[in-house]
Amino acid sequence: MLEAFLASTIAMATPILLAALGELIVERSGVLNIGIEGAMLAGAFFGLAAAYFSGSIALGLLAACAAAVALNALLAVLVVNLAVNQVVAGTAIDILALGLTGVFYRRIFGLTGSAYTITPMRTIALGPLARIPLIGPALFNQSALVYVAIALVPIVAMVISRTRYGLELRAAGERPEAADALGLGVNRLRWQALMIAGVLSGLAGAFLTMAYTNTFVEGISAGRGYVALSVVIVGRWNAWGVAAASMLFGAAMALQFGLQAFGTAIPYQFFLALPYVLTVVVLAFMGGQADAPSALGEPYLRS
Amino acid sequence: MTARIAAAARPLAALTIATAIISIVLIALGASPVAVFADLWQGAFGNWLAFTDTLVKATPLVFAGLAIAIAFQGALWNIGADGQLVVGALAAGAIGPVLGGWSHPIATFAMFAAGAAGGCLWGGLAGWLRARRDVNEVISTIMLNFVAAQVLSWAVHGPLMEPSRSFPKSVVIAPSAQLAFHLEPSRLNFGMIVALVLAAGCHLVLFHSAAGFELRALGRNRRASAFFGIPIRRLTVGAMALSGALAGVGGAVQVSAITHRLYETMSPGWGYEAIAVALVARLNPLAIVPAAILFGALDNGSQAMQRADAISPVLVNVIQGMVIIILVGFDAVAAAGMRTVLFGVAGEAAKSSDAAAGEAGDA
Repeated sequence: MLEAFLASTIAMATPILLAALGELIVERSGVLNIGIEGAMLAGAFFGLAAAYFSGSIALGLLAACAAAVALNALLAVLVVNLAVNQVVAGTAIDILALGLTGVFYRRIFGLTGSAYTITPMRTIALGPLARIPLIGPALFNQSALVYVAIALVPIVAMVISRTRYGLELRAAGERPEAADALGLGVNRLRWQALMIAGVLSGLAGAFLTMAYTNTFVEGISAGRGYVALSVVIVGRWNAWGVAAASMLFGAAMALQFGLQAFGTAIPYQFFLALPYVLTVVVLAFMGGQADAPSALGEPYLRS
Repeated sequence: MTARIAAAARPLAALTIATAIISIVLIALGASPVAVFADLWQGAFGNWLAFTDTLVKATPLVFAGLAIAIAFQGALWNIGADGQLVVGALAAGAIGPVLGGWSHPIATFAMFAAGAAGGCLWGGLAGWLRARRDVNEVISTIMLNFVAAQVLSWAVHGPLMEPSRSFPKSVVIAPSAQLAFHLEPSRLNFGMIVALVLAAGCHLVLFHSAAGFELRALGRNRRASAFFGIPIRRLTVGAMALSGALAGVGGAVQVSAITHRLYETMSPGWGYEAIAVALVARLNPLAIVPAAILFGALDNGSQAMQRADAISPVLVNVIQGMVIIILVGFDAVAAAGMRTVLFGVAGEAAKSSDAAAGEAGDA
């Protein structure tokens, strides 16, 4: 029971963590990327489609990342170069991705999509760790993407707080004028952040179709991109906080399965709504945007 | 004057470009763009019944589009019209079954009032969080959309579930709370009149009232508005509450006229589609009506297109997304000038490579 719950938590938390780490980098550079849901969805579909037709997981992962990066490049042109409102542009990306994946899916796979499954990514057992009772199978016998997500947490934390690149990134997000005056190239930094986030949301989407469900259904991301947005907030724009919040939200989403088995009186919708309610509560009582990058959401135009 | 014409021409140009790009996508998918667009048109306007159903599909988009226009005019980025519409529908659907003792006008008015109150609560909450707790309304409204969807799901599985308790839907609302169809078999109903009246009302408030002027001033320049003593907090809460109420009435009309009860899903994403509607209408309440009919026609025609061409109706989403992207792109180019857009990028890149060269030199 506990083992299943832990495994389910990891499965729920991994795509959110991958996407949220990308969103963290983007937001630290000053861009609020609402289009993350769309990038994830594009990764989920194009990853599965490429893996299905090529029979290669590697090509699938590559296609997932390429699709998400392409959408983020479109977003970058809009919000970085054209200084378009980030909320409107990001929402448009989400709508566009929902439409594109749906149209391609029905045209390529027809309406009997459930038959189109792939052999999922192999799980990799980490030697003796995987044999630890209870937690071993859940934590140490997972697909490579889970390990990638976990390994990225300290790396992203380090890069943001301890490297020159991280400093430049934060400068672009906190004081773009000052960063520009120092010759840092705010546009370049924001472009790079969006490209990195594209790769990560592509992997997040790929996890859904290539490691978790092994097939695609329309709108499979089901709001996980928006959960990643809230994870960044609840995690106070910090990689370790993001990791903790991802696990918490993953556990909340996993609880619904566990509790349905128990036949508890708490309606399962409560747990599905929990991440969103928690985000609003955290924002309301933990100083709103106090920890957010100062220039978050503001286009930077050189004058 | 020429500037105004240019601004009005941009939505049409955006639609044309989106159509061209989608034609290419359709050809790549092995479908005939001419056939697809012909079937879309046929499904939306091909006969009297199709045309009236286009108006039925456009109605919730008018309400949600007005909600978006009011909020966006004040630079309040309400992404939550969907949740506000759902809560409005939920409130109306919850009181609808117990309105049997009231006359038709009072019962339907109670439905609309409940919808407005529900949406007002949902939108006003986001406005209050923005005004008093400095919570970004983009995030709070997105989150509240998902909370609304779960509350609705819980309601139709729980307290409002129909008596046999086998389907996730609520009890039918009282006949007195239902809006009649006119010129049947068309589904034309009084809700459309409500939509038109509210569009006119929003236009008056926005362009012919002190509050509307202040809201637009707030949207143009928040800092200057504060300097001139505009009550920013009150305006923020008020505009978001009004925005939510408009979407909420849309939800109530949907229940009262079309569904007569609550289902697990009450909105196929009208609140998001309404962003495209409002932007195409240049945030002008009167222009929301034709813009909503345009997108309602796409929604309606997409069903016929799916049957005839085996293209998913979500093609409409592709059109919506593209129209928004092209439109905001046009506006940005018009605002900044082509030179800045083209050479601003090149200048930035040249600058950063200069900086890199400088660093290498220093080392």
